Amino acid sequence: MQVFTYELWPIVGLSLRVSLSAVGIATALGLPLGAALAVARFPGRSAVNVVLNALMGLPPVVVGLCVYLLLSRAGPLGSLGLLFTPGAMVIAQTVLILPIIAALVRQAVEDAWQEYDEQLRSLGLGRLRGSLTVLYDIRFSLFTAVLAGLGRACAEVGAVIIVGGNIDGVTRVMTTAIALETSKGDLGLALGLGLVLITIVLLLNAAAYLLRSAAQRRYG
Amino acid sequence: MILPLRLESVAYAAGGRTLIHPLSLELQAGASTIVLGANGAGKSVLMRLMHGLLRPTGGRILWSDPEPARVRRLQAMVFQRPVLLRRSVAENVLYALRVTGVADARRRTDEALREVGLAHAASQPARTLSGGEQQRLALARAWALHPELLFLDEPTANLDPGATREIETLIKAFDAAGTKIVMSTHNLGQARRLGDEVLFLHQGRLAERAPVERFFSQPQSPEAAAFIKGEVPWL
Repeated sequence: MQVFTYELWPIVGLSLRVSLSAVGIATALGLPLGAALAVARFPGRSAVNVVLNALMGLPPVVVGLCVYLLLSRAGPLGSLGLLFTPGAMVIAQTVLILPIIAALVRQAVEDAWQEYDEQLRSLGLGRLRGSLTVLYDIRFSLFTAVLAGLGRACAEVGAVIIVGGNIDGVTRVMTTAIALETSKGDLGLALGLGLVLITIVLLLNAAAYLLRSAAQRRYG
Repeated sequence: MILPLRLESVAYAAGGRTLIHPLSLELQAGASTIVLGANGAGKSVLMRLMHGLLRPTGGRILWSDPEPARVRRLQAMVFQRPVLLRRSVAENVLYALRVTGVADARRRTDEALREVGLAHAASQPARTLSGGEQQRLALARAWALHPELLFLDEPTANLDPGATREIETLIKAFDAAGTKIVMSTHNLGQARRLGDEVLFLHQGRLAERAPVERFFSQPQSPEAAAFIKGEVPWL
């Protein structure tokens, strides 16, 4: 099989490194952002929520283009020299999945908040401490939000190909390699790479599922 | 002492609807107060106003203790549907004690769980308890806080007769320990078993306030008379 002689593992490794980094950063930002939106009351809150939900459907190529413009030599962040590096790919994917994680977290926290709000206020908790308690209490449900982000990050090609450039050995990831092999006409190889990608995503989700159901048995 | 609690022309409106018309009353320590009324009469709203979960849109709520932190700490509320955290039974009680800054939380937790008969389930996930046990845990959580005043919002509305009896026994124990009980209920038998006096609400107004026996035998207001007749037509 050609898939196994292909320089596969560096590509898989870079895919995971980029996407997991993006998920890590987007989670670190999206958890507090989503929780704050769920709990805070301010004018224009519904508008923010609508925009956030709409951003879940951001086209990856558009995100790639915007990040490209930011990071290009002439762009405002051009001096960082990040364009066509894995760093640029992490930034693009973070922008792409932050709205997904924040919006899903917001929904989960808002639903839980309705249930917990009176009890927590009865105990004398303010909004900040109350929302931290809620976040902790539904931490296993938040997995779903993080997984949705990870799925999106692993699967997208538009953003990473624009800001990464699909450079062999530097910024080539699974999805860009599949796109390349397909355009070269090597459909068998492209399909093989696709299967590897799907298997990895499946394994990640299975692990998360097992962890979550174990937690559910333990904590109710 | 945070009691007596005084309501001066307290009113509450939401979404353009007046839910509580200006209402004045005073609650003393001691006697258990039952809040009665049909659905939508304002029982829950009134208790939430007193407990501070809702802010009155008119009038004033005055506690005899001017310090808000103490007022908050010395009252507790048990809801119709208990809200339990996804933690163990014991940790649910511990959590409440910790956020209110109580010392020797461990000992108080053990005590409270023994009191409600859940000591054996201390390490079990709280959400796996039965409905009656969950409500007993909610009572243990309130008990551990040693409140001076306990609000109960239809605490047995979702429970079967056996579980209801257990909850009633615990409420009596609270009462005997000197906690002032303010409870809303739909169960008139329960009102008689647990109450000393009745606050009867009708369409957001305090229609009648009377000792429990007199309320049932000789209701003074036509609304109360109709309510009792409707609920227990054989009386």
